[in-house]
Amino acid sequence: MANSAAARADTFPKLLLRNARDFGTRPAMRHKDLGIWQSWTWAETNEIVRAYAVGLSRLGLKRGETIAIIGANRPKLYWSILAAQSLGAIPVPVYADAVAEELAFVLAHAEARFAAVEDQEQIDKIHSVQDRLPKLEWMLYDEPRGLRDYDHNRLRAMEDLIGEGRKALADDARLGEWLDNEIAVTKGSDPSIILYTSGTTGASKGVVLSGERSIAAATDTVKFDHLDENDVALAYLPLAWVGDHYLNFAQGLVAGFCMACPENADTAMADLREIGPSFYFAPPRTLEGLLTRVMIRMEDASALKRKIFHYFIGVARQYGERILNGEKVPLTGRILYAIGNVLIYGPLKNVLGFSRVRVAYTAGEAIGPDLFAFYRSIGLNLKQLYGQTEAFLYVTCQPDGAIHSDTVGPAAPHVDIRIADNGEVLFKSPGMFTGYFKDAAKTAEVMTPDGYVKTGDAGFFDDKTGQLKIIDRAKDVGKLKDGTLFAPKYIENKLKFFPNIREAVAYGDGRDFVTVMLNIDLTAVGSWAERNNVVYGSYQELAGHPQVYDMLQKNVAEVNRSLAADKMMRGAQIKRFLILHKELDADDGEVTRTQKVRRGFVAERYAPLINALYDGSHEADISTEVTFEDGRKGTLSARVKIRDMQIESPPAMEKAA
Amino acid sequence: MRAPDDTPKSRTGDVLLSVEDVSLAFGGVKAINGVSFDIRQGEIRAIIGPNGAGKTSMLNVINGFYHPQQGRITFKGRTRAKMRPYEAAAGGIARTFQNVALFRGMSALDNIMAGRTLKMKRSMFWHLLRFGPAMREEVEHRHFVEEIIDFLKIQEIRRTPVGRLPYGLQKRVELGRALAMEPELLLLDEPMAGMNLEEKEDMSRFILDVNDYYGTTIALIEHDMGVVMDLSDRVVVLDHGLKIADGTPAEVMKNQAVIDAYLGVSH
Repeated sequence: MANSAAARADTFPKLLLRNARDFGTRPAMRHKDLGIWQSWTWAETNEIVRAYAVGLSRLGLKRGETIAIIGANRPKLYWSILAAQSLGAIPVPVYADAVAEELAFVLAHAEARFAAVEDQEQIDKIHSVQDRLPKLEWMLYDEPRGLRDYDHNRLRAMEDLIGEGRKALADDARLGEWLDNEIAVTKGSDPSIILYTSGTTGASKGVVLSGERSIAAATDTVKFDHLDENDVALAYLPLAWVGDHYLNFAQGLVAGFCMACPENADTAMADLREIGPSFYFAPPRTLEGLLTRVMIRMEDASALKRKIFHYFIGVARQYGERILNGEKVPLTGRILYAIGNVLIYGPLKNVLGFSRVRVAYTAGEAIGPDLFAFYRSIGLNLKQLYGQTEAFLYVTCQPDGAIHSDTVGPAAPHVDIRIADNGEVLFKSPGMFTGYFKDAAKTAEVMTPDGYVKTGDAGFFDDKTGQLKIIDRAKDVGKLKDGTLFAPKYIENKLKFFPNIREAVAYGDGRDFVTVMLNIDLTAVGSWAERNNVVYGSYQELAGHPQVYDMLQKNVAEVNRSLAADKMMRGAQIKRFLILHKELDADDGEVTRTQKVRRGFVAERYAPLINALYDGSHEADISTEVTFEDGRKGTLSARVKIRDMQIESPPAMEKAA
Repeated sequence: MRAPDDTPKSRTGDVLLSVEDVSLAFGGVKAINGVSFDIRQGEIRAIIGPNGAGKTSMLNVINGFYHPQQGRITFKGRTRAKMRPYEAAAGGIARTFQNVALFRGMSALDNIMAGRTLKMKRSMFWHLLRFGPAMREEVEHRHFVEEIIDFLKIQEIRRTPVGRLPYGLQKRVELGRALAMEPELLLLDEPMAGMNLEEKEDMSRFILDVNDYYGTTIALIEHDMGVVMDLSDRVVVLDHGLKIADGTPAEVMKNQAVIDAYLGVSH
């Protein structure tokens, strides 16, 4: 039984040994290369990782040292993690799209002597900041292209390193014993990995996780969702993100399931379809993007197909979720749903790559209720979880059959949750971190004296369902001048559910009324423009187009109507709005790498716009510095229009809650 | 695929192709008038000039699409006056076009596969059978094409009909098809025309990579002087069918005749 053995193995390299023994011939890793899916079994993976570990050790990597891992989801980078851990060294994954500045910060802070990177792009980035990284000695690369003329005094191909290690192991039998011993003496309480947070609040911090806690947490959730060695997951989310490391890497090793790496970031959707994973995770934004694309493509379909589609989506909305939840549904409903499943839901899930998904999770931010219901209604077992890096992901998760769109579930197995007096959610979990790397002060700051971790999120347990409800970041929940409760996320999420709105930032704390800044969704609005013969030359021009303003004004009015229906939020309706001339971008620091808006930073950056929102003017000039992908900077200027909104009165007949 | 040579590239090799005193006229219009220059092994050679200078005509002469009335062209030591385009292709000259010339209804993959046609040994009959040696050959070629797809980073559009692709990507597919021929000399007719800055940067990187990785000699026509300065080893400047300058980008930029030609001083 996998779980009892997992309980004994308290580090990932020990789990790898167990998997090579128990599931030796099962696939551990797949990667699409040159158009063909390549597979490695657990036994092969083990052999490669051992050779790699020997290679790393011959190059000088020692116990307790850190090795940065930078790049997309590629087998060799995952093997770098395991090989380093085999030696008792600590991998430090870094986001592949981090700009040189962020990269320099993490590598310097982690004091990395080694960096295992994907390709030339990452090496160039490191080169550009190397004077700030005096400790960095070796860079190992996966993709040799473009590196031939580089100085190889500090560069090595992972492939070569693995080859050397393999040869050394074959030549010297004692080396294998030495490595076995290295793996055995690594304690479960030693640091297993350092994950740098994406930094929603200021500079990123290195979250240290230990092997035994990581494995304890993953063992619980593997059992919770009945995952085993026959499952498949697609590792397409950033390798440096806790979600990927937990859901795919840790759970994969604990359950022995196969992790598939997409060909590259742009092919993930096609690869998803080819792999047909049984365990799937997507942040709400991705699910939203998928739905938008489906809807746009349906607009281009023939009238008959459109009609059938919308009819059966209606059927699904009515019965789908109830069927999935095992509730009572009239026979006609079941029959209609079965027909819809053959005609629409099945093919749709197939196109999206969801045909074999048994368990799907979403997390990261609140999901629009309609969006959530849509996926569940077509038969995708989508659930919510709530977690953070400090918990090694899971704090809460929804069990099958108790799913609600506005809650995130009861505490995950063996997790203890408490709500502080100020509404902040506190937790104690099996996977919780051992501290921030080299920052005892910060660690102390987020811990309560009795060992709970402060999440920084405000929430409460819902009376009706008993599940946790997260309303917003604790520090973001505010009040209007007249005392009305103002939860910006709540309003923003309502806005973001409209396909035309990609991002919304609401302001109102300490002000007289609520205002929002919107980002259009270029895919949706662009397609609308094409259909309606609206000509535009750039994002900026489209965003400022009067007809686009008209369209979004209707969306904002609808949000106001829905706010008016809610007693608590009635006073927090949107009074004025504007459409930003540029997309909020992680390279400019406006959103985090996980695409969360940094409200304070945005407020500072667009101060002239916010002033204009509150001083009654109908136009404002703004000039902002932008960072291009290659790190160069430029300035973008625009004149942005502002529109006033009608305040809606509550509906005449209030429905009973 | 030619294995990338391990030694760092020596910038100047032997002369691969030389054009001697070539003239081309369409009726009374002299498109090219007594132009001579050479292209050396392994270099990136730019041909620049104002509109109507005869740049595209020159490429057409090199790959045998036009036959010059006068002059000689020596490619790999063989001198000839006339050559047909398919002979040029078989001899190792591949090209892309100013206006993308792809099979619009076919996928990117199939378009690049089409570039392998000359390398296929088995007859069409064998390939229709999709069996035995023909199948093996198909797999080999497919592997080669997949390497090009990987090289140009166009995996996500492998199966997309090229007619649906944005212009920048179509250009990239066209480059892929030319590469599929494993050319010794690659002629690029305005590879960056109509591209935005980012696409230009990508394309420049691919051109440099092709030159570096496959060791392919490249002759390109380009209007963007920044691109020419960055990419090319040597530049030849044409104006009204005449060669007015030849040398390194820095030399050419300083040449008064070139400046006059671009600024439109009356002759």
